[in-house]
Order: sequence, then C-alpha cells, then structure tokens
Amino acid sequence: MSSHFLGQSVKLENVYIASTGTTCGPLEYAGPLGSCFDKFFDDYHCGESSFEKAERKMLRDALDICLKREQMKYKDVELYIGGDLMNQITNVHYLAREIPKPFVGIYGACSSFCLSMGVASLMIEGGFIDNAISLVSSHNATAERQYRYPVEYGVQKKSTTTFTATGAVATLLTSQPTNVRIEAVTFGKVIDYSQEDPNDMGRAMAPAAYDTILSHFQDLKRSFKDYDLVVTGDLSTYGHKILKEMLQRHHIDVVHYNDCGCMLYDINKQEVFQGGSGCACSALVTMGHLYPLLKEKKYKRVLVVATGALLSPMMSAQKESIPCVAHAISLEVV
Amino acid sequence: MDRKEYDQLAEELKPSSHGIKNAFNAFLYGGVMGVIAQGVLEFFMNVYNCNEKEATPMMIITLVFVACLLTGLGIYDKIASHAGAGTFIPITGFANSMSSSALDSKSEGLVLGIGANMFKLGGTVITYGIVSASLLGVIRYVFTLFGTIG
Repeated sequence: MSSHFLGQSVKLENVYIASTGTTCGPLEYAGPLGSCFDKFFDDYHCGESSFEKAERKMLRDALDICLKREQMKYKDVELYIGGDLMNQITNVHYLAREIPKPFVGIYGACSSFCLSMGVASLMIEGGFIDNAISLVSSHNATAERQYRYPVEYGVQKKSTTTFTATGAVATLLTSQPTNVRIEAVTFGKVIDYSQEDPNDMGRAMAPAAYDTILSHFQDLKRSFKDYDLVVTGDLSTYGHKILKEMLQRHHIDVVHYNDCGCMLYDINKQEVFQGGSGCACSALVTMGHLYPLLKEKKYKRVLVVATGALLSPMMSAQKESIPCVAHAISLEVV
Repeated sequence: MDRKEYDQLAEELKPSSHGIKNAFNAFLYGGVMGVIAQGVLEFFMNVYNCNEKEATPMMIITLVFVACLLTGLGIYDKIASHAGAGTFIPITGFANSMSSSALDSKSEGLVLGIGANMFKLGGTVITYGIVSASLLGVIRYVFTLFGTIG
C-alpha cells in the first residue's frame, strides 16, 4: 500500500539508493570535497569541441560509473528522469538519445536534483517501476553563456554572485533494500519575494527554502533536531545567513544546518564569490559526500533541500521578479 | 515574514560591495592603461616620425589587438575582475566584449555563431553611439544656423 501526501510531503517505505556516479570539473576537484568524486576533468572542454558537449560527456561518464558499480547496462533501468540548466534541458535530452528506455525530462533549475530524485522515488513507491535513474548536471561555462555573459567577458561580478558548479551526478534508485533509503519527499511551492537581481540568487531563493523546510517540518511533525544534518542546495554564504536569520526570527531552533554551495568550495581561497550553485552543487555534495557518510552510518538522517531560481533572462530583461522553488528529500540509514 | 520585512533583513546581512576598493582599482588600472597608451603613442610618433593625429589610430589599434589577444588567451577576464571600470570603460572593454562574444559563439559556426553574435554586447554601444552622435549633430547644426558656432 503506497502512502498518501501529507500536505506537500509524503513518507516513503520502499525506495533505496543502490548506486551513484559523480563527475566534476577542475574547481570542484580542487575544493574540500574533491576526493569524494568518482571522476574529474581538469578543463572545461573535457576533450570535446563545445561546452555543451563537455557537459554531456560528464553526464554520460557519471551514468556509466553509476551503472558499472551495479554491473548493469542502460537497458536494465526501467525509467530515467533528469534535468539540467539549459534551454530545452539540452544536455540530458541529447544524452537520452543513447538510452533505449523511457526518459522523463524535468526542469527545476538548480532544484532539479531533488525534483528528479523525488519524482523517481514516487514512481518506485507507487509500485509502477522497480528501479530508476536520476540524472542531473550543470556546467559553469554553459550556464554563464546562457544566463549571464560570454565566458571570457571581462566584467566585475557583484559580491552577491554565486558560481555555477561543473559536474554531473547519476543516482540509481531501487525498490530492493540497500543500506540507505529515501524516507520522505517534500515538493515546494513556487515562491516570489519580488527579488529582481539575477546576480543575487541566494537572496531570491532563501524564502523558497524557508517555505519548503517549514512545510516539511509541519507535514511530518519534525524539527531540525530530527536530522543529523539539514543542507540547502545553493543559497551560498549570503542566502544561508538570510535563511538562518528568517528561521530564528520565527523561533525555530536551527541546528546542524549547512549549505551545499558553502561546502563544495573553499569560500575563502577559491574565487567563487558567495559559493557554489547549479544542479551539480547539491547533487555532488549529497551523492559524493553525504551519501558515503550515511553508508558509513556517520549520519542517520539527512534532509537535502535543493533550491532553484526559475529565472528566465528574457523575463528579467522585462523587469519581472524571480520565481523560486525548493524541493526536499530526506535520506536515512536503514 | 512579509516582503518589506524580508528586504530589511536581507539588506542588513548583505555582503559589502567593496565600492571604495573597486573605485581605487579602476582608477589605478585605468591610469596605468592611460600611461601605456601614451607610451605607445610616443613610440609611434618617434619611430614613424609622424604627428599625434596620425599616431592615435595606430595606438588604438594596438590596444584593441592586445585586448583581443588577452581575451583569447583567457587572461583578460582575470585582469578585468580586479580592474573593473579600469578596463571596461576604455576601448579595451569594447574589444573584449566583441572578441569574447565571438569566441563564445565559435561552436555555432561562422554565420549563425560568430557573425550573428559578435555584436551581442557591443551592439548596444554602437547603436546608441550612432543615435547620440546623430542627435548631437542635429543640435550642432541648429546652433550653426543661429551663428552661435562658427
């Protein structure tokens, strides 16, 4: 019997993480978590002729590593769900041509990691499929090209800017018990606090993270104390501070809270402004760093709240504010 | 928390924008560039034995060439991240905007890529440069009619 949504959240009984594959770029490898990732590329082209093809290569490698660990082939997975930051979710869709199985493309900007994991989990919990792959990626150069300026354009960035992480993560979810499971999922509402600055994503997204965390706690009658760690996806230093203050002003005891954007890089030494962002940011930290710690039973339960700014450069030019969303998944040791 | 309250909170926690440091850097880098440009100008005037009017375009072309070369080598944006307006405002900023746009769209080919996108950022400067030059031309003409300008 599958569970029913409690508000925005649903508790799961039968969804487990079987395997993962992580690939990253040079700066992520040089960061404090560098040794956690399966494969790194020391340049943004990854031996390909364009940045988009490079991102696709990172995705393909992450997927291959993930499946190889379980000695599986592409056709052994029943469903693929994935997203990235490009228009037409280009990179995962172009990779999907090589996959002989159904593919569901999703877009949640930088929240795509938790969104794809959440949707895949529901499919498994519902008994419709036995396994699924969640596939997400982001690449600094492809994101800069599309959302900001040409890569080599010499412009002084604002101090509130975040740095799009380069990397790809594939995660195999299954109904067969393993030692880490996805225990709950919360889907977020789209929140807009009238923030218009596309160079200040942390400030735009913090209210969405706040809303999803509060909904998750209310729906499941929990607090920060029920988790060994709560991480937000890519609020980075500034957004992280705002969210903490927002929660504290509402008399919520904030403990064991961090942000993936602050964990992926050494903020003081690496030139990443406020910290990391992008689908790969929350995905790399969760699957590269937190998942092994869960497997080793160093953490018992971790809440990942991936945040996404659903901005369109066209709408920003039309002076519209930025809609944001946050989706959460709770990982637990079995 | 309402939006007004949120904005107040966010402003309180906002990281400093290093305004004074940026202005000083812009002054320093911009100034150094001026000195270099003057040196290049003097060099052309002495070597080719020409006057300032003839040497100026050669000096500008040299600066544009160096800016494009540094953009291609991936150095320009690193300098610009410190220099800010110091490299953005001079002609080097314009050269960088065009060469970086061209480089970025190289993967889409000569026509749909480089040709179509080269002026993506610089186009604004050209458009409004021409518009304001035309307006000033009209104003100047009107003044000449009344004999204010010779």
